[in-house]
Amino acid sequence: MISDHDIKQLELKANDIRKDIIEMLVAAGSGHSAGPLGMADVFTALYFNILNIDPDKPEMDERDRLVLSNGHICPVLYATLARRGYFPVSELKTLRKFGTRLQGHPHRGTLPGLETTSGPLGSGLSQACGMAYAGRMDGKKWWVYCLTSDAEHDAGNLWEAVLFAGKYKLNNLTVIIDRNNIQIDGFTENIMPLEPLKDKYEAFGWHVIEIDGNNVQAVIDACNAAKGIENRPVVIIAHTIPGKGVDFMENRFEWHGIPPNIQDVGGAPDKLHQAQEALKELRTLGGKIRSEHE
Amino acid sequence: MSDMLNQNAHLNPKVFDEDVEQVPSRNGFGEGLVLAGDENPNVVGLCADLTGSTKMQAFADKFPDRFIQIGVAEQNLVTIASGMAAVGKIPFTSSYAMFSPGRSWEQIRTTICYNDRSVKIIGSHAGISVGPDGATHQAIEDIAITRVLPNMVVIAPADSIEARKATVAMAKNGKPTYMRLSREKVPVITTESTPFEIGQALVLYTGSDPEKKDDAAIIACGTMVHRALLAAKALKEHKISVRVINCHTIKPLDKKTILQAAEECGAIVTVEEHQIYGGLGSAIAEVVSQNFPVPMKIIGVEDHFGESGEPNELLEKFGLTVDTIVKAVTQVLRMKEK
Ligand SMILES: Cc1ncc(C[n+]2csc(CCOP(=O)(O)OP(=O)(O)O)c2C)c(N)n1
Ligand SMILES: [Mg+2]
Repeated sequence: MISDHDIKQLELKANDIRKDIIEMLVAAGSGHSAGPLGMADVFTALYFNILNIDPDKPEMDERDRLVLSNGHICPVLYATLARRGYFPVSELKTLRKFGTRLQGHPHRGTLPGLETTSGPLGSGLSQACGMAYAGRMDGKKWWVYCLTSDAEHDAGNLWEAVLFAGKYKLNNLTVIIDRNNIQIDGFTENIMPLEPLKDKYEAFGWHVIEIDGNNVQAVIDACNAAKGIENRPVVIIAHTIPGKGVDFMENRFEWHGIPPNIQDVGGAPDKLHQAQEALKELRTLGGKIRSEHE
Repeated sequence: MSDMLNQNAHLNPKVFDEDVEQVPSRNGFGEGLVLAGDENPNVVGLCADLTGSTKMQAFADKFPDRFIQIGVAEQNLVTIASGMAAVGKIPFTSSYAMFSPGRSWEQIRTTICYNDRSVKIIGSHAGISVGPDGATHQAIEDIAITRVLPNMVVIAPADSIEARKATVAMAKNGKPTYMRLSREKVPVITTESTPFEIGQALVLYTGSDPEKKDDAAIIACGTMVHRALLAAKALKEHKISVRVINCHTIKPLDKKTILQAAEECGAIVTVEEHQIYGGLGSAIAEVVSQNFPVPMKIIGVEDHFGESGEPNELLEKFGLTVDTIVKAVTQVLRMKEK
């Protein structure tokens, strides 16, 4: 069991990661805001509680594998890896710049802690299935996590993997869906309806857990529960708020692919003050996150 | 210097000016699709969750009943289009080049090209000039994978005006057609009066008076045409006369114009924002080597993936600059002398 105090610490950590995200994006002058902010709590729970990893030995064989399928939310991955000690936090400001290890979409090769290259949507789950299948073949104890977005469920490749994992009962695989209801052209249910998503996964032989993805405790509980499910792959549908923590970004699909301070967006401060406002909000949010849920 | 511009090409008189207007070629597609839609009610638009950035929004606004949102599903995008073409529609599909024709390639091959259906594949954000998004989003293989397909027409317009004309023209050509577009602004080279015909390369610039032959030809497509012109102008100052050809249609290739350049100039440099394997340069080399071999240099990305950075930093790193073109011309001239 994790103590209330530790949960609070994780919530503060998630908030620091959100501030990093804003700062990185502003320095980069391009990149994605909504998804990364919405997933900060999931990343914090995974990297600071759930995953069996060692930043000093990023390639150790017994590590859990985390595949980020929706690569465009990599600012949250980079900020989390840096805060977890994989590389200096100061490197975050090189995001998307010429010569950086922090490519606009993650590239496995030079940056420690990345399991794969991603950005083109829909092909992470198949890779995760391949890892889980091979790991089971070799009797490995490590676990495979795959993070995907909701709009990735438009893609056939993803459902091919859902079928596969169901057939082979990949019980060393946990998928977490960023169910934030937005994609580029609008809300998912207008662009390409996904509901009833839970029923779809169940029909394909999966065990489904639905949670509030902005609640660190809920994420941790769901991941632990997933490990107890024996005969099936598990998907955690994490209902998140895109842009979480920055009022003017929350639930606005316009913020999918732009950083603060570049463009005037309806309902947001004028473009020069967006980052400043966002950071101010995040500072005052510190420590209050959990009480929001209560 | 503008007297060296081919008068029949009616180029933008400001083409060599610092303050030449700059517009992304994808904008021209957006305008052209509305025109094509006005002309023919069978024109339909299909998009995979990138309606704004591929510039299909204007068509969607004007013809909401003829716009179809596919979601993030590029294989579905092109195969739905194939089915619609089978029963008389003229579908324009748009995504980023990396995803279509990138991800949707086999479906394009079999259901569109092998069936010979008039589906239009619009691949925006091609090339490394996509910039900060990095290699996963920088399509530098798309010309190769489309031009290898029988029945396919492949077009890489040099600017927004040409992209607009190409869009209108391909709505009428009855063939599977791929058009490659760029995200970044590029100088507007052509004008309303510039001739455009699919399959017809255009001489934009000659370094010497018409009776005399040029020392070399630079054949370029897409975003590199403007740089080719700048290189020709720089070479002119060194008394090297160069012919610049805008080869906007990579397939079917305008063999006549290409071979004429080989015969009259005796040396060729090609430039494209694409891998050196399988792109414009390869297409030219296939024709030249088998009909009238002359020294050639192919400028492009040399067997490498792209990376994050500002467009100009990347173009510099991968050697897609005026300087590289100038150097390549002097190299082919040396090869020619031997
Ligand atoms: C195969 C593929 N097609 C298109 C894109 C362009 N693209 C990037 S993100 C995105 C959809 C965004 O929706 P979602 O994945 O739910 O992410 P969110 O906005 O919620 O962060 C699209 C279409 C892509 N990256 N990959
Ligand atoms: Mg989403």
